[in-house]
Amino acid sequence: MDARWLENPYGQDKVYDACGLIGIMEVTGRPFSGHDIVTGIVNMTERGNGLGSGFAAYGCYPQYADCYALHVMYTVPDSRAQVESLLGSAFISVHDEEVPHNPTPGLRDPPLIWRYFVRVDEHDQARVPQDESEYVVSQVMSVNTSGMGAYIYGSGKNVGVFKGVGLPEQIADYFGISEYEAYLWTAHNRFPTNTPGWWGGAHPFALLDWTVVHNGEISSYGTNRRYLEMQGYHCTMRTDTEVIAYAADLLMRRHKLPVELAAKVMAPPLWIEIERLEPREQHLYRTLRQVYGSLLINGPFTVIVARQGEMIGLTDRIRLRPLTAATRGSRLYLASEEAPIRLISHELDSVWTPVGGEPVVGRLGQPLPAERRSQRMRAPALVPA
Amino acid sequence: MIECVQPTLQIDALGLHYRELNNRLRQAVGTGVCRIELQNVYGQRYLGTDLHQPVEIHIHGTPGNDLGSFMDGPRIVVHGNAQDGCGNTMNGGELIIHGRAGDATGHSMRGGRIFVRDDVGYRVAIHMKEYEGQRPAVVIGGTAQHFLGEYMAGGILVVLGLNLEPGERHTASFIGTGMHGGVMYIRGEVDDYQLGKEVGSVSLTEADDQILRPLVEEFAAHFGQDVAQILDRPFTKLAPLSVRPYGQLYAY
Repeated sequence: MDARWLENPYGQDKVYDACGLIGIMEVTGRPFSGHDIVTGIVNMTERGNGLGSGFAAYGCYPQYADCYALHVMYTVPDSRAQVESLLGSAFISVHDEEVPHNPTPGLRDPPLIWRYFVRVDEHDQARVPQDESEYVVSQVMSVNTSGMGAYIYGSGKNVGVFKGVGLPEQIADYFGISEYEAYLWTAHNRFPTNTPGWWGGAHPFALLDWTVVHNGEISSYGTNRRYLEMQGYHCTMRTDTEVIAYAADLLMRRHKLPVELAAKVMAPPLWIEIERLEPREQHLYRTLRQVYGSLLINGPFTVIVARQGEMIGLTDRIRLRPLTAATRGSRLYLASEEAPIRLISHELDSVWTPVGGEPVVGRLGQPLPAERRSQRMRAPALVPA
Repeated sequence: MIECVQPTLQIDALGLHYRELNNRLRQAVGTGVCRIELQNVYGQRYLGTDLHQPVEIHIHGTPGNDLGSFMDGPRIVVHGNAQDGCGNTMNGGELIIHGRAGDATGHSMRGGRIFVRDDVGYRVAIHMKEYEGQRPAVVIGGTAQHFLGEYMAGGILVVLGLNLEPGERHTASFIGTGMHGGVMYIRGEVDDYQLGKEVGSVSLTEADDQILRPLVEEFAAHFGQDVAQILDRPFTKLAPLSVRPYGQLYAY
């Protein structure tokens, strides 16, 4: 008997490649169709191997803009009634539907995927925790750790997350990505290295309005995961990237660190670089490493992290994975390669490769970021004078 | 310029997979074509690999990673930017890039020359090497990012910094980390903290001028620059302190 399908159901033999990432943000907030992001990620098909692809879209549900868009993947279809009963008691349901999809040749075993547009009851004094975001996080964690075979893999207001096992062109066709409109898009093309290629393991990873697409390997995953568990985040997606979404939520939403400092937690300067800084800056960076040592993301990585109104590109501190940034008009592009950006926009105002550990940030209504050639670190404004 | 009797072959690369595109290059060169223009190149990898004849290939667009890898003889001119790993393990020929180039440009290169008009990314000329008559050279018109010349084992690496503003310095750090062969010439000054532990700064001699000048002349000819103006500013020469820096790393 040939038992290979049990051991290796997707034929994940060792091949050498890398993940591909792209993000496009219109800083005016003007929505545009998913056509461009699909063009970009499909151009980098070579970087993946068909074991995962996905898209995040910000502003794609204007009709339910003030609702949490819970995207639920049912690997065990029978769990749906149970999950719906849980969600029904935890939230006020506004609308729900199966995520529309098209017949796509070559896709294997797509799970049932449903989306629920829900509100949190503001007047419920008995709700624990009282903080609305914390409450949503706790509900997401509760379903994902229940063992029912259901995963809430998207939970942001007005944020769509579409992902699965397949090539970028297949996943784009399956979910009809070109038919959605958003002002901020990110996309991923997966080449799984150490973890299985399954629908929940495709990128983006999301929590509240955070989404993360990632190229690389997180060798500090165990440390990061244990630290995040102590803060109430539970990793259930069987892929290292998940910790970055939760770390972003902890650092920037709960602990209110500006992105410039959160970047220095995940990709801290080397000690020999810190030693060359002014005493006040040294103090800041030493303190960050002492307080958040367990959130240092070790190993090679490039990520595009997004939330409502913000798109962040970041690489590890010695840039062992690629990132190209470019601007044109009011658009910011971030991608693993320059070619997909050029294919979308033949003319560009600027193109650069950001220094490792230095975040590139696009913000709604703000001027576009520009190349910073200098490695000299400046302490962000958070340091008291 | 290569003497060419056959007409220039035009190829529209839009939507062509790199395997198909490289097949067509191979076939064309096999039939004696000696000048090819590629239009609409968007990320096709390994262009020019496996070509062993003198041929001039002009690329319009953005060639993909590992441009000219293992190439042996052709001249590739890019009218735009190149991505990561161009010239990977190239054995002979030339890459002339009218734009910037990405990380690991000249990776493990063992012969031939690369000229980049603007800046380059991380780890340029990583593990470039030389053997007997083979001595590769990489000349960068702009400046470089970190780990320049990492583990460099041979060849010549020149960084001209022509696009730096007055008073602006090269910002690359960890220059020459693990370097154990070859030589680097950086126009302008580099502080000690920017150097890896395995390299040191040494004085230039007449012999260095004989290496540097022809490369600068060639660079200037490609990109319309003034040789005298480039050579007017002092260079920093960097050389390895040891030919075997890690000989004791795993031995006690």
